[in-house]
Amino acid sequence: MRQQPVLEVRGIRKEFPGVVALDGVDFRLFPGEVHALMGENGAGKSTLIKVLTGVYPADGGEVVLAGQRVRFAGPLQAQQAGISTVYQEVNLCPNLSVAENIFIGREPRRLGLIDWAEMRRRAAELVRTMELDIDVTAPLDNYSIAIQQLVAIVRAVDASARVLILDEPTSSLDREEVSRLFTVMRRLRDQGVAVLFVSHFLDQIYEICDRMTVLRNGRLEGEYLTSELNQVELVSRMIGAELAGLDQLAGGKRRERSAPTGDRAFLRAQGLARKGAVEPYDLAIRPGEVVGLAGLLGSGRTEAARLLFGADHKDRGTVRIDDAETDLRSPRDAIGHGIAFCSENRKTEGLVGELTVRENIVLALQAARGWARPLSRTTQDKLALRWIRALDIRPGDPEALVRNLSGGNQQKVLLARWLITDPKLLILDEPTRGIDIGAKAEIQKLVADLAEKGMAVLFISAELEEVLRLSHRVGVLRDRRMVAQLRNDDALTPERVLATIASGAEQ
Amino acid sequence: MNANALVTRVRGQIPLLVTSVLLVSMFTVGSAQYDGFFSGQVLLNLLIDNAFLLVVAVGMTFVVLTGGIDLSVGAVVALSTMVSAWLVERHGWPPLLVIPLVLLMGTAAGWVMGWVIHTFEIQPFIVTLAGMFLARGLCYTISIESISITDPSYTAMAQTRIPLGDLFVSPSVVIALLVVAAGFVVLHYTRLGRNVYAIGGSEHSALLMGLRVGRTRTTVYAISGFCSALGGVLLTFYMLSGYGLHAVGLELDAIAAVVIGGTLLTGGSGYLLGTVLGVLVLGLIQTVISFQGTLSSWWTRIVIGGLLFVFIVLQRLITVRRR
Repeated sequence: MRQQPVLEVRGIRKEFPGVVALDGVDFRLFPGEVHALMGENGAGKSTLIKVLTGVYPADGGEVVLAGQRVRFAGPLQAQQAGISTVYQEVNLCPNLSVAENIFIGREPRRLGLIDWAEMRRRAAELVRTMELDIDVTAPLDNYSIAIQQLVAIVRAVDASARVLILDEPTSSLDREEVSRLFTVMRRLRDQGVAVLFVSHFLDQIYEICDRMTVLRNGRLEGEYLTSELNQVELVSRMIGAELAGLDQLAGGKRRERSAPTGDRAFLRAQGLARKGAVEPYDLAIRPGEVVGLAGLLGSGRTEAARLLFGADHKDRGTVRIDDAETDLRSPRDAIGHGIAFCSENRKTEGLVGELTVRENIVLALQAARGWARPLSRTTQDKLALRWIRALDIRPGDPEALVRNLSGGNQQKVLLARWLITDPKLLILDEPTRGIDIGAKAEIQKLVADLAEKGMAVLFISAELEEVLRLSHRVGVLRDRRMVAQLRNDDALTPERVLATIASGAEQ
Repeated sequence: MNANALVTRVRGQIPLLVTSVLLVSMFTVGSAQYDGFFSGQVLLNLLIDNAFLLVVAVGMTFVVLTGGIDLSVGAVVALSTMVSAWLVERHGWPPLLVIPLVLLMGTAAGWVMGWVIHTFEIQPFIVTLAGMFLARGLCYTISIESISITDPSYTAMAQTRIPLGDLFVSPSVVIALLVVAAGFVVLHYTRLGRNVYAIGGSEHSALLMGLRVGRTRTTVYAISGFCSALGGVLLTFYMLSGYGLHAVGLELDAIAAVVIGGTLLTGGSGYLLGTVLGVLVLGLIQTVISFQGTLSSWWTRIVIGGLLFVFIVLQRLITVRRR
């Protein structure tokens, strides 16, 4: 029926200390297709990609490229052989010009010296074919992430046009930017490029992909035509079981909510503001209440939350905790008042990758107790195991290094770290970003359970459905201003929230 | 080009602009204040007195652009003067053999440090600190005394004046300017140079883009080693001696010149022209203080210290804005 696969992987195996990341995975990629690599966090998608591109050496199995067995020593070799990758975080040099980022390593030269004029001319031409209207001589960091990503694709495709791997390219793009990316992907596919696409957005997968390969726990689950596998089946294959309440995840029924009663707020902010970060806003959070913050990226959601945690210092306004005016000068003050903050940058602002799961979990508790009163090893083990089980952290080994865990599981470790201190107010900033649907559902359920037990939660997310599913009230931000606070009753729909964001007034 | 792009691009040049303004205003103030200050020769003397520093600072610029640092340069300069003096004076080797040998030695020392830094993923700070102690110590295994050089070719190099109209420069200035020109071409017109900027911008990205990070890094330290050795050779022309206490703290002057010249210590941004201006600023401070006459020469250090603070804060402000 079809021609030979351009890239074929047979029985690939990769181990990290304490973790088998890939266990005998087979995988085929044909020219002229967009192929989705699916799986939960920790299923082995990133590892497979890194093995394909020579970042990691495989511990077993073989990679066959265009009929030839290959073994790449590094990304350069993979690139020369025709496999290019665009990663989730744009891997270009922000200090160099767009043209240089496209051509560095293979600049056009004349008499051994770089021919800048030729390079600019060719870069401008390439950029135009992607229908991008940008100045190729400007430094890359003048442009948005979306454009940087397209530049990365321009580079990848121009360098070698056989296999293009896109690892979560859409996670920070808006709708219009995604459709632009898809146009480019379709064009490349029609030119015979094999595109491997990884994304957590199921709708996007179904929009663009022809076939998909599903991984689970480092093993191959199966290879399917997109048209033959519907979303619910796909999710159950990824999770490996018929997940209870899958209809709920698919956007159906909302969780039953009983809004907490009483006027006594745990935290009450009045006219809180910081210049350049967020305009004055009022916010009250009662015990047992989940307050969602909605708004576009950069609308001031995170900035508003950081003021409540003392991570940034307020210019104006007051914060009252348990009816007593409090000046939160630092995160340490906030922690002392029972506030916990799970930031969106789990990699840079929270976890210590070189420490084990157990050490990361007990870190905050130990800090709260003071270092003079160490937790005994038995207590540590008990605590770690309890939270690993409670949050289903995988692998379930308290001694595994956190950096070897997948994104979703790292997020859970971070959550466990804060929950162990038994906070009264939990601030969650994009806790489900970049993690898979199964882990997402678990974290959402956890948040709801915690609120039911009386914890106040401030929940920030870019996904409106998620905010609406969990929150009792939704604060809407637009251009660094809190434009409305909406009661989340049956009349509140994602469309109404969107309209509020769009118009800047309550709808 | 939209306005935003223009702003970002101009912002990258701010340190360079500030340095130029500083240089011009220092020269203007000096000319207004002191007799005989306003002359071309005063400016050329800056180059003559600092030719060796300029060469060393060129090497340092390469290193700092990758986000690294090389603390060994002063010691390598001293070792080069020592080896030159020892071979020429005590063993009677011809300078034409000694000089290439010394240059090779410096390059090799830099290469080894770069190799260690890359292969074992060790901080450049600590590796070059070790290199500094090693090179400085080796000077004293040759002699603990200063060895003066009487070889005619060296004295000729010291005394030759290349006329420029009524003014003159030394051969060392010509060599230093050639090094600057060569450095400029390498940085802007070769893949090696662009890789240097790329690594400074984001080493991780450079690696994933398939650039030869290891080779580039090793080469950069080798270049710095070569420049240090050449700086040492120029210093022997200037001082006519080899001595283990030559060029003490020169590494810090070189770093100061690079920073004042507008190169970011985090790497990825900066120009060789800036480094030239930085060296001139350092030299001019010294000149002003010697013209002043009543201040002790330690005031040079105080002024450099103050300037460094200002420039580091400026760098920080610029990078913070950019985020």
